[in-house]
Amino acid sequence: MSGKPRLTYLNGRGRMEPVRWLLAAAGVEFEEIFLETREQYEKLIKDGVLLFQQVPLVEIDGMKMVQTRAILSYIAGKYNLYGKDLKERALIDMYVEGITDLMQMILMFPFSPPEAKEKNIDSIKERATNRYFPVFEKVLKQHGQDFLVGNKFSWADVQLIEAILAVEEKIPAVLSGFPQLQAFKKRMSNMPTIKKFLQPGSPRKPPPDEFYVETVLKIFKK
Amino acid sequence: MSGKPRLTYLNGRGRMEPVRWLLAAAGVEFEEIFLETREQYEKLIKDGVLLFQQVPMVEIDGMKMVQTRAILSYIAAKYNLYGKDLKERAWIDMYVEGTTDLMGMIMYLPFQPADTKEKNLALIIERATTRYFPVYEKALKDHGHDYLVGNKLSWADIHLLEAILMTEECKPDILSAFPLLQAFKGRICNVPTIKKFLQPGSQRKPPTDEKFVAVVRKIFNI
Repeated sequence: MSGKPRLTYLNGRGRMEPVRWLLAAAGVEFEEIFLETREQYEKLIKDGVLLFQQVPLVEIDGMKMVQTRAILSYIAGKYNLYGKDLKERALIDMYVEGITDLMQMILMFPFSPPEAKEKNIDSIKERATNRYFPVFEKVLKQHGQDFLVGNKFSWADVQLIEAILAVEEKIPAVLSGFPQLQAFKKRMSNMPTIKKFLQPGSPRKPPPDEFYVETVLKIFKK
Repeated sequence: MSGKPRLTYLNGRGRMEPVRWLLAAAGVEFEEIFLETREQYEKLIKDGVLLFQQVPMVEIDGMKMVQTRAILSYIAAKYNLYGKDLKERAWIDMYVEGTTDLMGMIMYLPFQPADTKEKNLALIIERATTRYFPVYEKALKDHGHDYLVGNKLSWADIHLLEAILMTEECKPDILSAFPLLQAFKGRICNVPTIKKFLQPGSQRKPPTDEKFVAVVRKIFNI
């Protein structure tokens, strides 16, 4: 056993990508096991290692953790990315939850029928530019600091840069009305651990393609 | 200002009910503002008090908190219902995410088309009895304690009780195969603050009915 956290999921972004981002941003090396067949998944369930019969699964510090939010909260707490007190944690939680709602739209997008795809892109664009990005633009403008909460790098910053890049993959000019976010994006992308994660060969996964969608449907029989 | 937390939501369970449960269990008195018209909701948005233009919103300790999980995490930590360390918190988070998934299914049930209700109800019962309740039954069996985590009442216990009662409303004998959960239910219902919350006249809201569904549809245009 290497002592490194071990991630079990499909070989793609899905619900595990925020975990890869957070571990990488914290400078924590991790191992990955990729589910490729339904049989592999069923074996995991049969072996009783998935608390609610679901992945993501992250083996960390002797625990077999499931439920993405629980995993992310634990990592953030462990690596000091969760603010200095309860109130900062509350802000980080609020920001992360908002961003998660936006990311959920992107997560579901590959699984929507072809005729709905254009409408869904429009929805993502609308929510990003009218509901979510304005909040973070305003936060950064108001305090003038480099990071969202407490003048210190936190889980909220990692989640936001991930979301910005994911939305830009679908809507390249999405940040055009958000100068603070453009500067934020540049700053975060240049932080050493994040810069490394953004380079080819890192554990970062590519955008979902048809093969990934097929694998998901095959393994989880949606 | 009374200093008490103030909850803004509709006059019904929805996404606010776990917050009412947790505050009540912690013995914290709170005030409520009920949205009854679309205009009230639009005014809140216009006044800029809803961070992501959504309710629930809880005014607490000088913050206007939104996003149910963020609100619940804050309350749990503030009132010592979140375990004694990071690992206990991780377990509480995992358990709560499970009961959240289960209660989420029940929450959506009244909003689904009539011809899918029977199928969805069957799925809820299947998930409750094969995916979720066995986990909590086993947790209680393995350690033999009265509470899920750390031998102490926590958010996880309160959330589980809420989920049990909600699932029983779908199928009254749902706990028939779970003797430890039956005992757990009896114990937690007798915690003085919770016993009080379960009595008529408390701020607990009744099960969702057609009238509430209509108000939700009207206010949120869905």
